[in-house]
Amino acid sequence: MSSSVAKPVRMTYREACRQAIRDALTNDPRTFLMGEDVGLYGGCYAVTKGLLDEFGPSRIRDTPLAESAFVGAGIGAAIAGMHPIVEIMTCNFSLLALDQILNNAASIAHMSGGQFAVPLVIRMATGAGRQLAAQHSHSLEGWYAHIPGLKVLAPGTVEDARHMLRSALADPNPVLIFEHIVLYNAEDELDPAVESVDIGSAKIRRPGRDISVLTYGNSLPKALAAAETLAKEGIEAEVVDLRVLRPLDNATIFESVTRTRRCIIVDEGWKSGSISAEIAARLSEDLFFELDAPIRRICSSEVPIPYSRHMEEAALPQTSAIIETARSLVGRR
Amino acid sequence: MSERPHIDRQHGQQLFRDMLRIRRFEAKCAELYQAQKIRGFLHLYDGEEAVAVGVMQALEAHDAVVATYRDHGHAIARGLAMGSLMAEMFGKVEGCSRGRGGSMHFFDRARRFYGGNAIVGGGLPLSIGIALADKELRPGAVTACFFGEGAAGEGEFHESMNLAELWELPVIFVCENNLYAMGMPLELAEAETDIFRKAQAYRMPSEKVDGMNPVAVEAAARRAVERARGGKGPSFLECRTYRFRAHSMFDAQLYRTKEEIALWKERDPVPRMQAWLEENHMLSAEELKRIEDQVDVEIDAAVAFAEAGQWEKVEDLERFVLMDEVPE
Ligand SMILES: Cc1ncc(C[n+]2csc(CCOP(=O)(O)OP(=O)(O)O)c2C)c(N)n1
Ligand SMILES: [Mg+2]
Repeated sequence: MSSSVAKPVRMTYREACRQAIRDALTNDPRTFLMGEDVGLYGGCYAVTKGLLDEFGPSRIRDTPLAESAFVGAGIGAAIAGMHPIVEIMTCNFSLLALDQILNNAASIAHMSGGQFAVPLVIRMATGAGRQLAAQHSHSLEGWYAHIPGLKVLAPGTVEDARHMLRSALADPNPVLIFEHIVLYNAEDELDPAVESVDIGSAKIRRPGRDISVLTYGNSLPKALAAAETLAKEGIEAEVVDLRVLRPLDNATIFESVTRTRRCIIVDEGWKSGSISAEIAARLSEDLFFELDAPIRRICSSEVPIPYSRHMEEAALPQTSAIIETARSLVGRR
Repeated sequence: MSERPHIDRQHGQQLFRDMLRIRRFEAKCAELYQAQKIRGFLHLYDGEEAVAVGVMQALEAHDAVVATYRDHGHAIARGLAMGSLMAEMFGKVEGCSRGRGGSMHFFDRARRFYGGNAIVGGGLPLSIGIALADKELRPGAVTACFFGEGAAGEGEFHESMNLAELWELPVIFVCENNLYAMGMPLELAEAETDIFRKAQAYRMPSEKVDGMNPVAVEAAARRAVERARGGKGPSFLECRTYRFRAHSMFDAQLYRTKEEIALWKERDPVPRMQAWLEENHMLSAEELKRIEDQVDVEIDAAVAFAEAGQWEKVEDLERFVLMDEVPE
């Protein structure tokens, strides 16, 4: 019996993304990938390395620097029957395609009275932490989560990097996947028994009774590290990986916070008008009487993210802040 | 109307009939706007009928159309039912977009009509993708993408020109150059006022067409469609035309003179086509009367259909924000 059970495989988040794309191209002739430097160059973050040789230039399609047109082309191809994956190098450049994403991808189904669906996946790198300075360090997933008609995913684990794409492609709606630049080198064991993941729910990555830490993306490992330290002090933090920023999984979030009665939201976006603000608002609307302490948020400082290492670190949510905030909230017991 | 290829009686009458259908439909829309049956923005197509009607002659059922917010002419010439268009503008659920889009956002899956797009230039990237998909899924199909000359100022225009030619896509770009983008005259907006030269810079076969002449437009469109179907890539038609009415319903037209409008009205495609058919004994008084009566009946029926339509249930407000499946 044990011989038939496949062993866990260790791989990076990057490799998981690559395998997901390879699977998608292998399994569906209507799927192709396009974007800047996805082919010859092998991907800005080397995610698509090798795929051009394997699938050829019409399925790994290099585009010129024309975010609006190639994102729009992905939308057009999707409404006309294909299941494209568009890669935008990083979310920083997605701003040049905002018109297409909002006015076309997110609007056409509703605006046409349901005549057209847009089964498109847009992948993009997001986040700060590699000293890339202000114009290459945005976290815009929270912005996109503002938009009805889109689904917004933030894989924070190797497993999600490996399996979210397939579910996203199976979805009839435009799905944006934000891959965190710091996570590409993260490694983990993949359970071969897991062949798919849902794109509708948040997941408890570490259970705990004292406080809920709600987070996603590269703040997830920071929250898990904080929980580890807190456990040694007798504080059991529950770490909830939001995974899906739109639609938010209210049920899982509310269930966790109802149990722990305390909550910290960790979000690499800026605090004002952020996804963390949205979650805090929902909690205060629906769970006000369940809370034993104020909701706290740990977000990026409201500055253009600076280059210098110590300044960048100071600008981003860090494990130490999660630990201190948790202590102060639980101490109120 | 010079350089006219041979057209027979039936075809000539069809061109005339379709232009008249659009002209009278627009007149009815203006009237219903005054009566507040139609609200929101309303951009009428009077004066430009020859462009949509001419181009649609060259298209088959499996071809695709991408239109702008000034989309009544495109929709009518493409064969969308007038009743569904009028109902759309009344905001009724029987409308071609269930009353969600209004005048600027006509859609029709069955006729591959991918929408009136109200972002200037926003439809061009879509046409690239539709053509990319068609190359795989519907070989031989062509996408006609309409836009005003105002779109030439947008980055999306240039990005799309480049991709279309680079990837040899079956698109025909139809620039409706009516010399104004709202109140912005072409000379004040563009360093190069011959828009087709911009397409040439992308090595795209392109020509300037008399957009007041449906036969000239049709001939140019047929050439372009033939190239696209034959796998020879995109083409660009700059159709010189003129809008007779205001940009939308709120426009004092301070930016142009009555004399200029009058001059262009001498080239009005509808009466000119009629006169030409009559001169060439291709349209009798009886036939004219019959066409006019048919058009009036069609429009009256469209209005009645819209009047009789229902309001979409408010409970359906959020329906189709996310789709449950891809429609077949
Ligand atoms: C991107 C964008 N900018 C501005 C507008 C506002 N606007 C609507 S129509 C229009 C003029 C467009 O002119 P043109 O493309 O020549 O088309 P026409 O109305 O003449 O048919 C403008 C500026 C818009 N809809 N989209
Ligand atoms: Mg114009």
